[in-house]
Amino acid sequence: MSVIVTAILALLGLAMAFGALLGFAAIRYKVEGNPIIDEIDSLLPQTQCGQCGHPGCRPYAEGIAAGEDINKCPPGGEATIHALADLLDVDAPELDAEHGEEKAKQVAVIREDECIGCTKCIQACPIDAIMGSAKHMHTVIESECTGCDLCVEPCPVDCIDMVTLDKGHAAWHWDPPKPGHIIATDKPSRIEGVSI
Amino acid sequence: MTSSNIIASTREVYDFHGGIHPEEMKSLSNQTPITKPAIPPKLVLPLQQHIGKPGKIIVEIGQKVLKGQMLAEADGFISAALHAPTSGLIESIGDHPIAHPSGQSDTCLTLIPDGEDRWCELEVCEDYLALAVNEIQRKVTEAGISGMGGAGFPTAVKLHPPKQAKVNTYILNAAECEPYITSDDRLLRERANDVIAGIQIVASILKPKECLIGIEDNKPEAILALREAVFGTDIEVCVLPTKYPSGGEKQLIKLLTDKEVPSGKIPADIGIVCQNVATVAAIYRAVRYGEPLISRITTLTGMNIHQRGNVEALLGTPIDWLISQYDYRPATKNQRLIMGGPMMGFTLMHSDVPVVKTTNCILAPGKKELPIAPPAQACIRCGLCADACPAELLPQQLYWFSRSQELEKAEHHNLFDCIECGACSFVCPSSIPLVQYYRHTKGEIRQHKADLLKSDQARERFEARQLRLDREKEEKDAKRKARAEAAAKAQATKKAAGESSAAPSGDSNDPVRMFEPKSSEVSQQEANTTPEIETVDLEALKLAWDKAQSKLDKMYDALEDAKANNPDNVAKLTRAVEKNQMRVNQAKLAWNKASETKAQPLKVETETTEQITKIESVDIEALELALGKAESKLMKLQSALDNAKPEQVEKLTRAVEKNKGRVESASLAVNQARTSTKTNNETEIELPDLPALELAFEKADSKLAKLQNALDNAQPDQVEKLTRAVDKNKVRVETAENAVLAARAMLAKTVTSTEAGDS
Repeated sequence: MSVIVTAILALLGLAMAFGALLGFAAIRYKVEGNPIIDEIDSLLPQTQCGQCGHPGCRPYAEGIAAGEDINKCPPGGEATIHALADLLDVDAPELDAEHGEEKAKQVAVIREDECIGCTKCIQACPIDAIMGSAKHMHTVIESECTGCDLCVEPCPVDCIDMVTLDKGHAAWHWDPPKPGHIIATDKPSRIEGVSI
Repeated sequence: MTSSNIIASTREVYDFHGGIHPEEMKSLSNQTPITKPAIPPKLVLPLQQHIGKPGKIIVEIGQKVLKGQMLAEADGFISAALHAPTSGLIESIGDHPIAHPSGQSDTCLTLIPDGEDRWCELEVCEDYLALAVNEIQRKVTEAGISGMGGAGFPTAVKLHPPKQAKVNTYILNAAECEPYITSDDRLLRERANDVIAGIQIVASILKPKECLIGIEDNKPEAILALREAVFGTDIEVCVLPTKYPSGGEKQLIKLLTDKEVPSGKIPADIGIVCQNVATVAAIYRAVRYGEPLISRITTLTGMNIHQRGNVEALLGTPIDWLISQYDYRPATKNQRLIMGGPMMGFTLMHSDVPVVKTTNCILAPGKKELPIAPPAQACIRCGLCADACPAELLPQQLYWFSRSQELEKAEHHNLFDCIECGACSFVCPSSIPLVQYYRHTKGEIRQHKADLLKSDQARERFEARQLRLDREKEEKDAKRKARAEAAAKAQATKKAAGESSAAPSGDSNDPVRMFEPKSSEVSQQEANTTPEIETVDLEALKLAWDKAQSKLDKMYDALEDAKANNPDNVAKLTRAVEKNQMRVNQAKLAWNKASETKAQPLKVETETTEQITKIESVDIEALELALGKAESKLMKLQSALDNAKPEQVEKLTRAVEKNKGRVESASLAVNQARTSTKTNNETEIELPDLPALELAFEKADSKLAKLQNALDNAQPDQVEKLTRAVDKNKVRVETAENAVLAARAMLAKTVTSTEAGDS
């Protein structure tokens, strides 16, 4: 009998000790906020364009964390969808065409002689990448512009163009080699040079 | 030749992992001495022929320049200057295709030579070994020398070693391991003394413990020349077994010192500096003769060039012109041109690109010389690539990761340690273009990192902006609150000042509520009035009429004013004017009636009490009417005050106070009249009902009008509320009207009955 009591007491003691330890850990090492939101946010392209229907990338990250579809981000495109699918361990869907198409990276450029200095684009820019003040010419800081498009609409004189960036040879990198034919005798005339 | 004697090296040479032995093909071009081509008709000089920032142009279009004159100066530390390769005229500055695998264009200076080839003044220095360190550094910087082996790293940077990093070993890279290329070989054979002098200059700055020259054993003549040149110095010539890529910087270091450069580090981190033969020769020319880097030795080779050999080409020489000078005869059209060797070079997209500081070879292979690679087949996991890899990587794994674009995994497998030598592709039995995959994946990873950096930056900016907007909103709210409080206080004090002149502080956003406090106030005022005036006469009526008339006049003025200035108020004012017109008429009518009835008792002194009662009742009616009017006017004025612009407030406040006084006096008069009537005639009990009812009706009507007005101008979210209020008030107006009508009818009956009784 005393053996059982001892065992129960020992287990009870252990349970209490570990319970106290866990309770302490739960308070001491409490994780603030939802860490998955940060992880999702870090995968989004941060254009802050609002094409997903949210007022920025972080709100969309919060939406995804709450169970929203992951295919609403045209600037991120396939790559972002795949990265999100990997993170959340779900199947990667196709990009939802309702929210837009994947386009090459662009930046906004103000035709400066046409700018009337209305500051409307400055207010529209989600990342403060447009410089200027009232009745003075505005200009886009190219290195900061995410190409979100949001400044084009408010411009009363339509002097903002979205241009695809030509970064020159410094940012150029090799294309992937073209997939060759498995059988060497297949259409040799169409074989393209892949090696030097 | 007694090659065994020459080649025998005193120093132990180590080995590096992997490597391949491709066909050397060096004898194609190393048999003839270096030649100097004529001056080309045009020179195209890219601003960026080195790693780092492009140079800053210091000449203008149309400017005449001398040979060796600086055209662009180094822009920052990691940058290089550019000089005129011959005397002539700067024709243009603009984009021109450059020697780059992408085939893209870059900013270039175009120089049209004048044929005189006249040097600018040069800074000759006989005793170059006695020069101060910073003098040498300055001369090298000004000469615009950058690495001529391939990467093109500005040489001056290598000659500025950080103070704490001691250089133990200086290595001269004369391995020239890539097939076909013989420019270093020829340079060493013909100008070995220049090279050795160059090493001595560099050594005088870096002060290394040992100076080594690494050279492959397939260049016996060059080794012989070097051995002669180094005689009497402590420079050691180390002969290496021929194996590709022994000329790779990290591989050469491993061969000579058995040290490995850690991943992601540079040789300087382990106390080693490595330089190319041609670079060192250029340093010597710059320091000794003051000659900037304006030409370089380039190998012209390949079966399509029939006069193969090495040429000392001016920088900027168009390649198509250069090869045409050496009997370039392509077997078929569109034969490719390769800049660099067959292993690490790249096919040129344009044949008019210029020779630059890093152009060590131009290869024009014949049709069957460098055949196009057969199609890639499936990887059979033979592992030959791993055996061949000089960087000891796992090319197979990297291949899978590259194909599936698993950038992170590829990076973890040390993709960036790949030197892109192409040994893996060379040995692959399935002809998989492995190195091409790695190049692409490296680019993708760099791009991805740049994007990540940019997105982080964007996120930061976005969050900063969000914070700013929140802060601004808070500030605005606080300001608004403070203003509202101040206004409330001001009104409270005003209220306290004049006990009857309580200004309503109702919420102006809610048009329905706006009217409630006022009506209650009015009733309060009614309750407060005490009978003081004894007699009721025509004067009161006359006064009411006058007032109405003056108000009407004022309204006309306001209407005119509104027509001129404020079109949206016109409709409102017009309605108000019509109503007032009506009132004026009513007041006039009442006065006329009253004066008639008053005149009657004056003429006929024997009036009956019944008649007097009638007169009095009429008087009361008129008085009450006047009171109602005055009250409604007051209400209107107050509502106008609520909505008034700042500059009108004062005026309106005055008007409101004036009208309040009038209302008071009018209500006093009414009450007086009522009480007197009551005492005078018992039969007239029902009579006071009528004026009260009329008053109620009047009030309800004016309130309704106001509500409708408000409804017309209301914002969408208030419409529903207002519509409900209007409907409710309509019902009230109707009931009031009905009551008035009924009362009138009753009164008329009573009057007639009394009259009938009299008669």
